[in-house]
Amino acid sequence: MRDGVRRTLALSRKELFQIVRDPSSILIAFVLPLILMFIFGYGLNLDTSRIRIGLVTEDHGTEASRFASAFAGSPMIEALPMDSAVQAGRALTAGAIRGFVVIQPDFAARLKRGDTAPVQVITDGSDPNTASFVAAYAQGAWARWQEVRRAESAASPAGGIRIEERYWFNEAAISRHFLIPGSIVVIMTVIGALLTSLVVAREWERGTMEALLATPVTLVEFLLSKLLPYYLLGMASMLVCWGVSVTLLGTPFRGSLLALAGITSLYLASALGTGLLLSTLLRNQFNAAQAALNAAFLPAVMLSGVVYEISSMPAPVRAVTYILPARYFVSSMQTLFLAGDVPGILVANSLFLLVTGCAFIALTLRATRRHLD
Amino acid sequence: MDAAAVEFAGLERGFGPIRALRGLTATIRRGVVTGLVGPDGAGKTTLMRLMAGLLRPSAGHLRVDGLDPAAEGDALRARLGYMPQKFGLYEDLTVRENLDLYADLRGVPGAAREQRFARMLDFTGLARFTARPAGKLSGGMKQKLGLACALLGEPAVLLLDEPSVGVDPISRRELWKMVKGLAAGGLSVLWSTSYLDEAELCDEVLLLNEGELKYAGPPAALTARLAGRVVQIRDIAGARRKVLQRALALPGVLDGVIQGQAVRLVLKQGAPLPDPAAVGAGPQARLAPVRPRFEDAFMDILGGGPGGESVLSRVIADAPRQGNDQVVIEARELTRRFGDFVATDRVSFAVRRGEIFGLLGPNGAGKSTTFRMMCGLLTPSAGRASVMGIDLKSSASRARQQLGYMAQKFSLYGNLTVAQNLRFFSGVYGLSGARQTARIAEMVEAFDLAPFLDTAADTLPLGFKQRLALACAVMHGPAVLFLDEPTSGVDPITRREFWAHINGVVERGVTIMVTTHFMDEAEYCDRIGLVYRGRMIAVGTPDELKESVAGPESPDPSMEDAFIALVTRSDLEAAHA
Repeated sequence: MRDGVRRTLALSRKELFQIVRDPSSILIAFVLPLILMFIFGYGLNLDTSRIRIGLVTEDHGTEASRFASAFAGSPMIEALPMDSAVQAGRALTAGAIRGFVVIQPDFAARLKRGDTAPVQVITDGSDPNTASFVAAYAQGAWARWQEVRRAESAASPAGGIRIEERYWFNEAAISRHFLIPGSIVVIMTVIGALLTSLVVAREWERGTMEALLATPVTLVEFLLSKLLPYYLLGMASMLVCWGVSVTLLGTPFRGSLLALAGITSLYLASALGTGLLLSTLLRNQFNAAQAALNAAFLPAVMLSGVVYEISSMPAPVRAVTYILPARYFVSSMQTLFLAGDVPGILVANSLFLLVTGCAFIALTLRATRRHLD
Repeated sequence: MDAAAVEFAGLERGFGPIRALRGLTATIRRGVVTGLVGPDGAGKTTLMRLMAGLLRPSAGHLRVDGLDPAAEGDALRARLGYMPQKFGLYEDLTVRENLDLYADLRGVPGAAREQRFARMLDFTGLARFTARPAGKLSGGMKQKLGLACALLGEPAVLLLDEPSVGVDPISRRELWKMVKGLAAGGLSVLWSTSYLDEAELCDEVLLLNEGELKYAGPPAALTARLAGRVVQIRDIAGARRKVLQRALALPGVLDGVIQGQAVRLVLKQGAPLPDPAAVGAGPQARLAPVRPRFEDAFMDILGGGPGGESVLSRVIADAPRQGNDQVVIEARELTRRFGDFVATDRVSFAVRRGEIFGLLGPNGAGKSTTFRMMCGLLTPSAGRASVMGIDLKSSASRARQQLGYMAQKFSLYGNLTVAQNLRFFSGVYGLSGARQTARIAEMVEAFDLAPFLDTAADTLPLGFKQRLALACAVMHGPAVLFLDEPTSGVDPITRREFWAHINGVVERGVTIMVTTHFMDEAEYCDRIGLVYRGRMIAVGTPDELKESVAGPESPDPSMEDAFIALVTRSDLEAAHA
């Protein structure tokens, strides 16, 4: 037993030496997170910034110009007055504007009659996201204007009802605040899966595995010596990420550090397990890294809900996300950062992560051989 | 404790359809160095891995130190030292850290550890380098560190898988001395090697070939079988390669090789001594009996080598002549620096038409750098390299058209078939149309490649792989052929066949330049340049180099003796300067 502990510690120390002396692992564990956090924090912004649209007013009456003014003064839309639909069409084709709104000549007349579609909205369908945003914004402007009109005339049957939107947990609805916790998940995946996918394969490729297998080292000791150093590296990296996000990036953190440490440990267990399993099975650094990229990194970015909303994915893809450890970690991280220690969410996520972590490590142990064939 | 260090009976191991070990039975004694000798692919590593418990036998009985490696691995590993073929230590860890790691793994406690380290470091001469990363050690020092780590657990049996690969002759001798000392102290050592000359250093030998045990016993008993059957034809007038060719055609001659200016012949059992005049060796030629060596015995077991004739010399055209100037390859003050490091330092030599010139030197001495500059693969920092009078710096591609190149381990496309490889390489060298088809047909005929045309190059037997590589290199009729360690690790028959082809090419006036760290290969050369620490420390015929170091202590030095003496002399001069 004491021999086993000593061997494990000796191998872990060796692994730490290798980590410290290999500039690429330091780069991946500490520099890459900073770069990723800043990219997610500043470079990738899901809030739409000011979009230019054209505004063609063919009805010059008061009603029409009051409606037109509903487009002015918005922080998201910059409405450029245009003379005709033809000119606006040209500007759209040239890419100068992302859509245009035409207030037709019979706007006031049709409004009086209670007719439909007095306003035409044309958007640039080549960028559907922006197109639907412009359409929604125009609709919103219409609704707001209607409301104002009703309030003024005081003839509205809906009386004092007003819709007021408020975002909870992320009051300013700054996408950075939920992207940062997500980006930490991506970083933990890189460290956990990508970095460890290299380590066992490296021992095989360099021939050091053969020498190790001829010593009294047991499989459990060997795997522990791979898990422990990279676990510590992952936790250190998490500390850096957390520090940077709450200080430099101004993300709120409403949970407890204890919960963060606990759930990170659980996620690292599955990520490290994935990496080690691939490394053990493939015995080749290049293949293992490719496999880890596809099995852990890409799903963590695409399918975990970091960037793309899981609820808007097609059902089969959504089904796949349920077996991704990253999904549960993303949800936990967003909860910890934006909401706090919510036991209902965190306990369920932890349980799942515990299961996947144990499963991957058990599989790795099974796949590790005491001999070469 | 039972008497045998290792014993096995009917030991089999297959990999898919390949039978790597075919029913081996032998006993390895305790307290001696036993050589596991054989060419690459003979099954040496497989046997070692079975003993180390890293592979399991397909069939048969195996006991190492009285234990079954497959079933009693844990107990065995505590009593076994194993040094794999690839450097098994961590290159990014220092010497000391590697030792510490292995001391922990082997359960050497704190107090005993320092004592044992001190002894190991003293024994290996690594004491000055404890803080150096293992990756920055020379080949010889790496192996010594590997040995030290394998010895830390004070094993009863030590398995060393090709410990002398990549080790210069001086370190190799030191390594041998160390291992002999260990065996004298009671350790059972198994040393595997593809260098047949090492067999004679062992107390006992297991000779493997293609998975079969060809001989087990003391090496001297094997070479004794050949007593009186090995002779040299000395003082040959004229072409010694022709003499060898004719001698090999004699019915009584089993095997023959060139040794400097002489031709060494192994005769069949009961065959009469050949008449030097009958093989055209000239009036001065005489026969001298020589001591048989292990390789002779191996050839005897294998039933003799191939003939000395090469069809190749008939199918290829005479190499072009460059006016009256006989110098084909020339290096003048050739220097190559990598940062502060001078890999090649003012190297000069000239090779004449139809000559075989060898660059001999330990790994890292600068011979590969020199070689690459001569093929136009690397630009010299200073000096001039030319082939057929064409400067490699100014018109590398025109010069390269004159070159054939055969890289170490045959750089063929393994997943292309033989025919595809031939088409590809001939195309690369600018052959096309009817000429290409004709040349390929000639090569296929000369090298008997017809049955393998649709076989992937990777799955060819070693000998045919070598033929294909050579065919690809000579197809376009180059004036100069560059060979990079062409026969290291191959079995002696394949090596003889290869040199027969090379001799055939030389007959047509092709100039050969070869790098090697292999003393036997050096003997085939007309002249050798000895490269050491980036400098050419000696140039001459093999005999001249040997004579230059002959003295009262060693009246008849071998090529390796000459090498070591010249390198030591150069070190002394450097120390004085």
